Amino acid sequence: MNDRDSMKPGDLLLPVKSFCRLSGQIIAPLSFEIHAFSVKFAYSLTRSAYMEQNINFEDIFESKLAKNDFIEPKDWMPDNYRKHLIRQISQHAHSEIVGMLPEGNWITRAPSLRSKIVLLAKVQDEGGHGLYLYTAAETLGVSRDELLDALHTGKAKYSSIFNYPTLTWADVGAIGWLVDGAAIMNQVMLQRSSYGPYSRAMVRICKEESFHQRQGYEIMTHLAFGTPEQKQMAQDALNRWWYPTMMMFGPPDKDSPNSENAIKWRIKRETNDQLRQRFVNQTVPQAEYLGLTVPDEKLTWNEAKQGYDFSEPDWVEFKNVINGNGPCNKQRLKARNDAHKNGAWVREAAAAYAKKKGESTAVAA
Amino acid sequence: MSDSQGPVWEVFVQRKSGQPFVHCGSLHAFDKEMALQNARDLYTRRGEGMALWVVPSSAIVASSPEDMGPFFEPANDKVYRHPTFYQIPDAIKHM
Ligand SMILES: [Fe+2]
Ligand SMILES: [Fe+2]
Repeated sequence: MNDRDSMKPGDLLLPVKSFCRLSGQIIAPLSFEIHAFSVKFAYSLTRSAYMEQNINFEDIFESKLAKNDFIEPKDWMPDNYRKHLIRQISQHAHSEIVGMLPEGNWITRAPSLRSKIVLLAKVQDEGGHGLYLYTAAETLGVSRDELLDALHTGKAKYSSIFNYPTLTWADVGAIGWLVDGAAIMNQVMLQRSSYGPYSRAMVRICKEESFHQRQGYEIMTHLAFGTPEQKQMAQDALNRWWYPTMMMFGPPDKDSPNSENAIKWRIKRETNDQLRQRFVNQTVPQAEYLGLTVPDEKLTWNEAKQGYDFSEPDWVEFKNVINGNGPCNKQRLKARNDAHKNGAWVREAAAAYAKKKGESTAVAA
Repeated sequence: MSDSQGPVWEVFVQRKSGQPFVHCGSLHAFDKEMALQNARDLYTRRGEGMALWVVPSSAIVASSPEDMGPFFEPANDKVYRHPTFYQIPDAIKHM
């Protein structure tokens, strides 16, 4: 071992790929490999001078937020920041996968082969969104099992919107147009969220969402410019989905207990009311184009604020639905629990197979 | 972390041939084969890549944020590693 020059790299040395992080993205350069005897040695090879320092972690955290830097999983963060994120990201993940249910209801009854493959692709995307978000939440130190358990036992919340039923095909159009539209508005903002893994998941999700909204609006145009019965069906869907969609942005700022911290920590960058206002401004002209009427008698353009004045949704109903008493809460929870239970044998078989091949032990260290 | 969903894997995707593999997210899978298939279904539904790596998360070694300064410090004062450090006569082209 004294004569290291005579040793061929690769003889005893372990090739180690090195990764570096650049503006929130983890880059793996193809060619950067170093040789080291162990993982620890690989790390210390480039870590030449580690100085003991008195570090104020809170200052570092605050200064990162002030500079619009991202917080990454291994960074120090206040406990409440971590808790807030786990709650928000897991609720978001639950919403994605519970959101598959009301639309999934129409896959077998989609009116054409084209609309069926489109709906399948959309619902599959929502499943994917749930998975991106669960793994983002897991970087904060919770396990997938804990997260799913919280959903299945009813301990965790998900967006109240998915507790409403999809009664007609027009509802599938209205969901894409309004519900995905509202989700996009929220998610575009969250792309700049201060937590790196959440922000990166949002960037992916936003890229996929725009097709969701467009396919929904396309369904609405077909119905709104179709027969009088079809137009009526579209109007009825708008009537039923308008207010529940407005609730998606959360309670008014004055009654929103979590908003203040979320803004302070730059998890959110705009308040519930700001987003709701923007949604109304954007959506009303789209309804007008369809020749449909937004079910709000108070809706008027306000020149001074360059936005619409509109009626608030029924916040008592919102509370009730959140607390489990919406039209479909029990049904949704049962569907999730059944799916999880019915999938248990698949997970067990996959685990047994991996074990038989001797893989899982090597990996799960 | 392993649970009833299997261990966590990190996914790297190469967009086009010749480009670096870029981390795009994580997933759960029970073995290598499933990790690769899940990565395809989850991260390349729209032709985002033409090659994938999946790596058990437990195999990733990461630097700690606390020593970010000292850890990367050795590079900071070595301006001579950059081409602009050197003076080349104006008459010389293509260098
Ligand atoms: Fe989604
Ligand atoms: Fe969506």
